[in-house]
Amino acid sequence: MSNRTKLSILVGISILLAVIFMTIDVGGHWDYVLPRRGKKLFAILLTGTAIAFSTIVFQTITNNRILTPSIIGLDSLYMLIQTLIVFLFGSTTLTMMNKNFRFILAVGLMVLFAGLLYRMLFKKEGRNIYHLLLIGLIFGTFFSSLSSFMQKLIDPNEFLVIQDKMFASFNNVNSDILLIALAGVLLTGIYFAKFNKYLDVLALGRDHAVNLGISYDYVVKRMLIVVAILISIATALVGPITFLGLLVANVAYQFLNTYRHKQLIAGASLISFIALVGGQLILERVFTFSTSLSVIINFIGGVYFIYLLLKENKSW
Amino acid sequence: MVKVRGVSKKYGGKMVVDRVNVDIAKGKITSFIGPNGAGKSTLMSMISRLITKDEGEILIDDKEIGSWKSGELAKKISILKQSNHINIKLKVKELVSFGRFPYSQGKLTKEDWIHIDEAIAYMDLGSMQDKYLDELSGGQKQRAFIAMVIAQNTDYILLDEPLNNLDMKHSVQIMKVLRRLVDELGKTVIIVIHDINFASCYSDYIVALKDGIIIKEGTTDEIMDSAVLKEVYDMDIPVEIIGGNKICVYFR
Repeated sequence: MSNRTKLSILVGISILLAVIFMTIDVGGHWDYVLPRRGKKLFAILLTGTAIAFSTIVFQTITNNRILTPSIIGLDSLYMLIQTLIVFLFGSTTLTMMNKNFRFILAVGLMVLFAGLLYRMLFKKEGRNIYHLLLIGLIFGTFFSSLSSFMQKLIDPNEFLVIQDKMFASFNNVNSDILLIALAGVLLTGIYFAKFNKYLDVLALGRDHAVNLGISYDYVVKRMLIVVAILISIATALVGPITFLGLLVANVAYQFLNTYRHKQLIAGASLISFIALVGGQLILERVFTFSTSLSVIINFIGGVYFIYLLLKENKSW
Repeated sequence: MVKVRGVSKKYGGKMVVDRVNVDIAKGKITSFIGPNGAGKSTLMSMISRLITKDEGEILIDDKEIGSWKSGELAKKISILKQSNHINIKLKVKELVSFGRFPYSQGKLTKEDWIHIDEAIAYMDLGSMQDKYLDELSGGQKQRAFIAMVIAQNTDYILLDEPLNNLDMKHSVQIMKVLRRLVDELGKTVIIVIHDINFASCYSDYIVALKDGIIIKEGTTDEIMDSAVLKEVYDMDIPVEIIGGNKICVYFR
């Protein structure tokens, strides 16, 4: 089966799931149900693509297929921002705050943090990308320790508001934010387009990439910025969800069995959409919102991973 | 011509390469020899811009390496390091086609395919061009990587220990190919090599490094001499002439 066919099948499944998601159990209230579900579906599409895209790019530049961009500590920073707002100003401020402002604040701070981290690390020549990951890991741990410290100090009722933010959710995404996020993802995508051709070569590793004439440091720095922006947008939109990237990227490698990033990114984005819409359907119809999407996807993803490891334990 | 002028590299306060000057002639095989830690690989990595030099200049066709555009330099000089672990699933043909990236930026033209097929034929990989790299033996893999470098079609080809972990048959095969690249296609080949006898039988010029400096350089005939080799390796190395080649008998 060629990869074109495989991708078409993924498109088919995606459309099918989207249609089911939109039309199931409408009960005649089309004008009420459709816009609400449409918005949710759109948020899923945006987040799924951003996560899949950034994870594949990140894994290619780090030459490692079991890392996710969450290792730079952006998820933890997001939680720290939310906790800090509640800690300093109380939960009403967090919930009453202008949603656009909150979104832009979170994205802004995360991108700023990533920028500072990169600046600090790349200022001195000879530092490689693993330094960045290590420092990111330390910062991430620091941020989450700080968050949990503050969470222990605050009122339990306030804590509930924060806990709500710990799990990704598509249930109340604001449409204004969606437009800002869409613009962000599109602009990043356009910026990325001219680097696309380098990714296949970067997957060979640094030495080969340099040998084949790629300005390695220049390209990798820009790719890291792309990753940081996409992850920030996705996280600020629905909450910490980078775990999904690991799953969909590896399913895409396994399913498409190619090194071409165009196909890999398209495939991973579609798989991500399928996983999220499918997960959301199960969440709404089977569990009637009694659990969270993260739990469902982690469960299915975990099972799939064990299956992969058992079936093919030689190598990726 | 590659001209190296006063090039140094320091790692954590230790001079690994210390103000080295050397000219590498076109259309020849030049071997870098010397004991472990002499700075051979470091020097080669600097010539191919894989690592930056701390001081000095490297001129490739009279242009400083830093003022070359990386993409243009990739059509002039190619390097293959000794360990080539790749963690993506690639077929031999796909790997070789990466050698054309400097020319076509990933969109392969008819001309690129001619070069790719030639390189595959040159390394005698025709029967396994559709196999995945992880299905190949060490020697076959090494040949596939060399085919990629051949497809890159550069004037200068730098190989860091190309015979590492290869058996005698494959070592000879690869050295013969390098000789052909020089004699038939006029390439300039620079290799780092540990097996002194391979250096003796196949290279035109030998550069001997020790402790970061060049202690001897000259034609193969001049370097393959007991007195010179004693200085390089600190051991007695009798040199015998066998079948017209100077062979070192250093095993006992």
